[in-house]
Amino acid sequence: MSILVNRKTRVLVQGITGSEGTFHTAQMIEYGTKVVAGVTPGKGGINYEGKENIKFKKPVPVFNTVEEAVRETKAKASVIFVPPNLAADAILESIDAGIELIVCISEGIPTRDMITVYEALKRSKSRLIGPNCPGIITPGECKIGIMPGFIHRPGTIGVVSRSGTLTYEAVKQLTDLGLGQSTCIGIGGDPIIGSQFIDIIELFNMDRGTEAILMIGEIGGNAEETAAEYIKKYVKKPVIGFIAGRTAPPGRRMGHAGAIISGGKGTAEDKIKALKDAGIYVVDSPADIGLKVMEVILKMPKKRGPKPGSARRKSKLKKNPKEIIKEIEDSIKK
Amino acid sequence: MKIHEYQAKELLKRFDVPTLFGRVVFTPEEAGKIAYEDFVVKGIDTIVLKTQVHAGGRGKGYIFDKESNIKIELFGKEVRGVNIIKGDNLADKVYQYSKAILGNKLVTIQTGQAGTIVRRILLEEGVSIAKEYYAGIVLDRQTGQNVVMASTEGGVEIEKVAEETPHLILKEYINPFPGFREYQARKLAFGLGLYGEPYKHFVRFIINLVKAYEELDCSLLEINPLVLTTDGRILALDAKMNFDDNALFRHPEYTELRDIEEESPLEVEASKYDLNYIKLDGNVGCMVNGAGLAMATMDLIQLSGGSPANFLDVGGGANVQRIANAFRIMMSDPNVEAVLINIFGGIVRCDKVADGIIEALKTVEVKVPIIVRLDGTNAEEAAKTLKNSGIKFKVATTFSEAARMVTEVVKQK
Repeated sequence: MSILVNRKTRVLVQGITGSEGTFHTAQMIEYGTKVVAGVTPGKGGINYEGKENIKFKKPVPVFNTVEEAVRETKAKASVIFVPPNLAADAILESIDAGIELIVCISEGIPTRDMITVYEALKRSKSRLIGPNCPGIITPGECKIGIMPGFIHRPGTIGVVSRSGTLTYEAVKQLTDLGLGQSTCIGIGGDPIIGSQFIDIIELFNMDRGTEAILMIGEIGGNAEETAAEYIKKYVKKPVIGFIAGRTAPPGRRMGHAGAIISGGKGTAEDKIKALKDAGIYVVDSPADIGLKVMEVILKMPKKRGPKPGSARRKSKLKKNPKEIIKEIEDSIKK
Repeated sequence: MKIHEYQAKELLKRFDVPTLFGRVVFTPEEAGKIAYEDFVVKGIDTIVLKTQVHAGGRGKGYIFDKESNIKIELFGKEVRGVNIIKGDNLADKVYQYSKAILGNKLVTIQTGQAGTIVRRILLEEGVSIAKEYYAGIVLDRQTGQNVVMASTEGGVEIEKVAEETPHLILKEYINPFPGFREYQARKLAFGLGLYGEPYKHFVRFIINLVKAYEELDCSLLEINPLVLTTDGRILALDAKMNFDDNALFRHPEYTELRDIEEESPLEVEASKYDLNYIKLDGNVGCMVNGAGLAMATMDLIQLSGGSPANFLDVGGGANVQRIANAFRIMMSDPNVEAVLINIFGGIVRCDKVADGIIEALKTVEVKVPIIVRLDGTNAEEAAKTLKNSGIKFKVATTFSEAARMVTEVVKQK
């Protein structure tokens, strides 16, 4: 089991004929992802097979608009590889076409554009992952993004992170210890992202195939704190957390647009404390992430614990999850 | 991106946000001349000298001699980051003050003891203040909306107000559809207890401020203090404006506003090569691909007994040129006693990165121990390449192995 994507997910690629789009589409097809369409305005009608040195396993039909691509191919997910000045428009186009899951890889989208996108998203049924993220992968089934597929392995750990290479590092540590993953999601390093920790953790909590959740946060904002509140109240599965940036100086943007301690807020210390207070297992060293997950998994009661399939029942929420999220957000705002 | 107060005020003027008459000066001579011609001749009897640096807390900061570190005094008084000058011989006093300030350093809470050199001064007319307020606009990440804040607690650190008396900060969120509306500005004005003419001025002020914030792609706009003058005007006495780095492509004119003298020289150098480098005070340099992994590597250095000398993200395409530049910049920091290279090869192949490192070391001399950890695609070939290179690398394959090596190296020092 997994969340959001599996071997049946029909994916379209926005910006498929660009160099990034071409390279990563080839990689996704190679991994087994069902890439059913590509969109490049003005290149509709062709069957794209890749470029000179990057050839797709099978050609992908290209359309001028996302709407057309959806109509013709029944794509349910889209992945965006377009330059940052065009990316917000690409996301809005996907929302308008009714795409259920939008994954935006592009880095460097202006905040003003993302404010508009975020509002449009709230009024739609679409879910956005990113921007400025590596994407989502359900090992062995479907990879939508730019992560190296080979470090993953099917299993029961749900991984959610604000980072790219740090996620790969953590995933590889898990895989090396024989711990597979249900689904791994990089939610992105920008100040405004479509899916927050809390949104993904909610899904992992309900997923029968996820036994434990690994959450990798970093300095800036308070998404980790919000997630910790949520976990404390509603998540029975073990959660392991790591926060990057203990040594980051205040007021400086550490690579990611969202990784900044401003006005004394968003420090690693505050986040680690919030995580610990919520009963999350916090890893101190980034070198020990895999070991910590292993330790927690081994401690889990084997037989007496929740039987497979009972996780969903156990965590059945009395309220609508969206309401709960709003409640927590409001309490934090106050 | 940060800009100076005087630059922010210039921009605000275009949006009809009222500010005081002011001129920026770079030399004492210029200061004296402008003080006379543009202020004294026009009958202005009070001039405020405001140092223009990117650090905050100027009003409470003092000027120190660059060489001797002695606090500078003038006319029997300590010279501050902001000085109010009145009385006779105004232009001469402005000259004297500017001479004492320019080229020397300002020490504030935000600069630390090292201080920062003052190179520009804003001369501004004095004004009679009835009350100080605060106004600010910033992104609220939780809601994905900008929020306009106003407070009666002006002129003090807003973080302190938020901590101690949060109920004194009024907030209005800006929903992008329909945008910031006049009723929201009215709510803020009434909330501050304004009425009559000042109330009307404030509403206009806030509406224009929001317009400036949005059109200029700001990431922060703070007016602290926003003042009500004794003659009933509402003015921006100070202005702090930061731009969203991701939106700079929309504003090519901002390049002129950049003051590279306010930035660390190594960081300026790194930005030329598109390297994401931030200088820190530690002894172990690091070169990493990816921002998250770079932060985690810094943390690991500290946990291993060292202290990170920098943040450095070389990005995905770690080619020879990039690596060479990264080495050069990292090694320009004299505090660096060891280097940790941590590359996770996902899309980039480790053996390519290894070749890049070896090539780069032919052009840059590195005298300190180099710990290399390459993991991911073709990591084994990469390790072999490094070991056979004839350069004395300490090669690690896992993150924890790298940590142990850092500890060893630091201990030997």
